Amino acid sequence: MGKTFKKPEALTDAHTHYCPGCTHGVIHRLVAEVIDELGIRGRTVGIAPVGCAVLAYNYFNCDFQEAAHGRAPAMATGIKRVRPDLMVFTYQGDGDLASIGMGEIIHAANRGEKFTTIFVNNAVYGMTGGQMAPTTMPGQRTTTSPMGRNVADVGMPVQMAELLSTLKTPGYITRQSVIKPRYITRAKKAIKRAFEYQMAGKCFSMVEVVSTCPTNWGMTPVEAVKWAEDTLLSYYQLGEFKTPEQEG
Amino acid sequence: MGKKILMKGNEAIGEAAIRAGCLNYFAYPITPQSEVAEYLSKRMPEVGGVFLQGESEVAVGYMLFGASAAGARVFTTSSSPGVSLMSEAISYIAGAQCPCVFVNIIRGGPGLGGILPSQGDYFQSVKGGGHGDYRMLVMAPASVQEAVEMMMMAFPLAEKYRNPVMILGDGLIGQMMEPVEFPDDLRTEPTDKDAWATNGMETRGSDKRNLVKSLYLDPEMLNNHNLHLKAKYDQMRREEVRYEPFNLDGDYRMLVISYGTMSRVCKTAVENLKAEGLEVGMIRPQTLFPFPEEEIREAAGKESCKSVISIEMSMGQMVEDVERCVRGRRPVTWYGKCGGEVPTPEEIMQVIKERIDG
Amino acid sequence: MQHEVMFAGFGGQGILMIGKILAHAALEEGREVAWIPSYGPEMRGGTAYCLVAISDRPIGSPIIKNPRHLVAMNRPSLEKFAAKVKPGGIILINSSLAPDKSGRPDVDELAVPVTDIAKDLGSVRAANIVALGAFVARSGIVSFESIQAAVKEEFAEKQKLIPLEMEALEKGRQAAAK
Repeated sequence: MGKTFKKPEALTDAHTHYCPGCTHGVIHRLVAEVIDELGIRGRTVGIAPVGCAVLAYNYFNCDFQEAAHGRAPAMATGIKRVRPDLMVFTYQGDGDLASIGMGEIIHAANRGEKFTTIFVNNAVYGMTGGQMAPTTMPGQRTTTSPMGRNVADVGMPVQMAELLSTLKTPGYITRQSVIKPRYITRAKKAIKRAFEYQMAGKCFSMVEVVSTCPTNWGMTPVEAVKWAEDTLLSYYQLGEFKTPEQEG
Repeated sequence: MGKKILMKGNEAIGEAAIRAGCLNYFAYPITPQSEVAEYLSKRMPEVGGVFLQGESEVAVGYMLFGASAAGARVFTTSSSPGVSLMSEAISYIAGAQCPCVFVNIIRGGPGLGGILPSQGDYFQSVKGGGHGDYRMLVMAPASVQEAVEMMMMAFPLAEKYRNPVMILGDGLIGQMMEPVEFPDDLRTEPTDKDAWATNGMETRGSDKRNLVKSLYLDPEMLNNHNLHLKAKYDQMRREEVRYEPFNLDGDYRMLVISYGTMSRVCKTAVENLKAEGLEVGMIRPQTLFPFPEEEIREAAGKESCKSVISIEMSMGQMVEDVERCVRGRRPVTWYGKCGGEVPTPEEIMQVIKERIDG
Repeated sequence: MQHEVMFAGFGGQGILMIGKILAHAALEEGREVAWIPSYGPEMRGGTAYCLVAISDRPIGSPIIKNPRHLVAMNRPSLEKFAAKVKPGGIILINSSLAPDKSGRPDVDELAVPVTDIAKDLGSVRAANIVALGAFVARSGIVSFESIQAAVKEEFAEKQKLIPLEMEALEKGRQAAAK
């Protein structure tokens, strides 16, 4: 009998440190499957963020660099400029990419740097213990917005996919999710497409992935999925925001 | 050696990097060193190199980190406020042990300060700047020619130690034009980085992945990592001290310590005093880290020497290292100016005469 | 012997350029040279100056408070710098744009209407080269052949201008001889 399920080559044997109900593991796996399918593991360099995925370099079985908070797109730029033949991806969370690293991601996208960004948006800071993120929903309680996010005080949540798709430079910008199996299939297709654009030397690509964080949301995994689907997905709508084929 | 040509310090620094075999440059404009970026934006495409103007010095620091971690020779140039912004990356680069070359053409500070020459970034370069226990190898040129030679030496040194190297110039070194020649024998080939660089497993024909990181959550591992870094810095102290002695043979009554542009003024002052019959010795540190500690201690200890003075374009930074070297055996004083006005030889002569016997 | 020459005038008068040409000529003669500009906001439309040091020995301090010679291309730079020139030096005044007296009896003063001479040649922009020709002729700091060669090299990519610039140098020399 053949094996019906096996671990992608692009993942190590390490056990992850992620919490129960966290979707990082699923997203890691999708990226690893795409790397395997495209046969690019030997020329791929990943860049880990600061955030819950800071240890991603322990889980991906390819060359990896670890960035400072928010700076992964600048490091990816450095690699791609000196080694355009390498396949480079950044793996960043919402605090990393949409807060402290906002400048780096916008300028990398605007220069059309030919790397791929996996942007995991779960509307909260994870590693530091559940503080408010730029993507935290209005009224959402966090450890630094105990009364709920007050948009009169700190503004509305940032929609990164929409924001980056306004740039005139061609790019591939999409928002996906992995909170239910039916979303996962589409998310994987998008990740693969993003890597393919990079392989072709075509454009910058970002796949935003709407995710859950039951631990810091104070919910069970099942409640978290329901809240994400009801609340997050109505604000962070899924779909293709920009493809390099369309006019800028 | 080629023919001597007249070049502005900033342009010569850019050209020296290319001649040294570094074809990757990322930078952000800032006075008084923007000519490096202007020069290389034309020159890099001619030699098939990489030129990119980043969106900020913060980003540029990490572009260097990414590129060097991927195995490339890479450098940037900036000036004081820009180097403050790069200091975060410098800490990560030192922690992750990547070879990069940074040039700081210092301007006056703190804050926006001014755009004229200064040596106010001695502490920033030599003692830290960024967080954590790290050191950079810091070289301070006193002429455009020396800036060229130090630039060319910087890349193999950065690779030898897998550590950032800084060339610490000042606005005058950057803006001044002097004759230069580019020594062919300082051109070096990049070292083999397959053992650690994230240059792609296929590139190095290996099935073992490489990681470039500075995170060590385990206290014992972090301590060991820091001990390893310290061993490198200790090796620099043993092997990389560079300095220029001046007028140390006779019975000098005072020892002057000065570096960079300031040291040229001091040298003229020492020569003029000698003509007047007053003997003053001088040591010009060419490396600020490692610092010529033993050489200064020994020179200060000479019987004829009654006092030591650190002369710098800052409010007294290097003087702390000089005091550390002299260990209280001679009085150590400081003289300097900030703001951009470089003290004249006449001014220095006056100060030396006033303090000659301690 | 070390000579220092200060060139000063409005930004846009080609002050830095003639300093560079002189430094080049001296370098070709095998001398030690340093060219030190004023930089920053001063370059943007205000006064500009540069210093050229020429010596037979390595140049020590590039910081020169009292230059041996001054080429003042306008009134503000004459007023600002004339008092700094060492006794016995040369002060060349662009008398088209400045009074023809520096008030320094202890220097070799030379007033040449370089802007008017350049206008007569058909290009006011050549005024700096007229001044350079006059200064070199008067000071003998480098040979006239060296300065001609250095001007040609400076304009190597603008060949069309070379006859004009050569004439400007020559007019400067003639004015200095008078």
